[in-house]
Amino acid sequence: MEKRIKAQVMDAVAMQRGLRRIAHEILERNRGAADLVLVGIRTRGVPLAERLCTHLAQIEGHTVPVGAIDITLYRDDLRGRMSRPVHSTDIPCALEAKHVVLVDDVLYTGRSIRAALDALLDFGRPRSIQLAVLVDRGHRELPIRADYVGKNVPTARHEQVSVLLSEVDGRDAVTILDGEPGTARA
Amino acid sequence: MSAIDFRGCDLLGIEDLTAEEIQYILDAVPPFKEISEREIKKVPTLRGKTVINLFFEPSTRTRTSFEIAGKRLSADVINISVATSSVSKGETLRDTAENLQAMQADVLVVRHSAAGVPHLLARYLPSPVINAGDGAHEHPTQALLDLYTLQEKLGTLAGHTVLIVGDIAASRVARSNMLAMRKLGMQVCVCGPRTMLPVGIEQMGVECTSDFDAAIQGADAVMMLRIQRERHGEVLFPSLPEYSERYCLTAERLRRAKSGVLVMHPGPMNRGVEIAPEVADGLESVILTQVTNGVAVRMALLYLLLGGS
Repeated sequence: MEKRIKAQVMDAVAMQRGLRRIAHEILERNRGAADLVLVGIRTRGVPLAERLCTHLAQIEGHTVPVGAIDITLYRDDLRGRMSRPVHSTDIPCALEAKHVVLVDDVLYTGRSIRAALDALLDFGRPRSIQLAVLVDRGHRELPIRADYVGKNVPTARHEQVSVLLSEVDGRDAVTILDGEPGTARA
Repeated sequence: MSAIDFRGCDLLGIEDLTAEEIQYILDAVPPFKEISEREIKKVPTLRGKTVINLFFEPSTRTRTSFEIAGKRLSADVINISVATSSVSKGETLRDTAENLQAMQADVLVVRHSAAGVPHLLARYLPSPVINAGDGAHEHPTQALLDLYTLQEKLGTLAGHTVLIVGDIAASRVARSNMLAMRKLGMQVCVCGPRTMLPVGIEQMGVECTSDFDAAIQGADAVMMLRIQRERHGEVLFPSLPEYSERYCLTAERLRRAKSGVLVMHPGPMNRGVEIAPEVADGLESVILTQVTNGVAVRMALLYLLLGGS
């Protein structure tokens, strides 16, 4: 069934402003960019992490390492589904003594973040792990919260939040789609 | 390319796979290879699954490779070899397998000296069966790891030429590889004494020769095979030194090949018989890369077969 667009909640300009603000907040909280590592969760967390890296470089003049993490092998919902394709994980440096900022597009149930935390900790023991998301849509199923949020978007469970990024989808937009009740997914 | 659902499938032979399925498996391997390069070489994906290695024939590499692959995905792996099993007390194959099934095995990895045993078990057992070598028939995971190694080193498979040398007739590795390579558009040439080349092998679309020195010149990779003495009741060549004289990959022979040629061997090697020690350890050798890739390929397969079950 074709999903109906209920509302557009962010355009390219709003996204840019949100990420810029997050970059400032990251620098403020960590007192600079010295020990930072950005790790994007595949798929759309990776271009977002790269954009944050660009903002940080513009503000601070320091290029922060950017990694990518695939959480497929750490998911808790593999059972009953066919094996999803697994993509590469690339952690650019040792994580010991680093402040890692995990980056994802949408924070929903928190289950992806739980999987990402497990995956990340298999690569070492960072000094801290923080979470940056473009959109927080609520409905957590685990005790997880974001440290940096581009926009809080109240949603119903049956709705879908669609994040489009120019690197992947050809344009920047965040929209809410009206789904069938009972078909909610992250 | 869209995802292919391998859940619950058996892997009995390359013969049953399409070119698209083979390519899909190969393309799934790299993230699993990366796991083995980490300091913590383990992911929780197959937690709670049980892999049983049922080996009726001796094996170090393949059994260990499956064991490590399962363990790196957090599955429980149990090894059963014929010497310690009830088969030596007269139990039938089917009973052994059904007993293991009754203990909730999620996948059975089977090796047997008789062709078709994994196929027979697959008919009785609901869980997936992986053929880890059946007689002189097939050894599909070896072919997949060889193809993965070739793809990794050559970039592409189609159009490249592989020369397989040695005991072709008795080799399940050769058979699975020939099937897989032809399906993926590679050129294959097999070389050995006439007594070791099966009749009608040309029907598989491979070239056939007994002239190693000429054939090596066109090859992008040379795969050496050992003489399967345990499968031969009769003498197929006058003497070992004479065999080596004509079919051992020596440094001198290797010089006739293209630069950048890959030297492969599925193991176990008989140094000085089919391969000279300095070639086995030389720059062109990817023999240990094959072993490393074997773990990654088997991890990918276990994930594809069990991941969603």
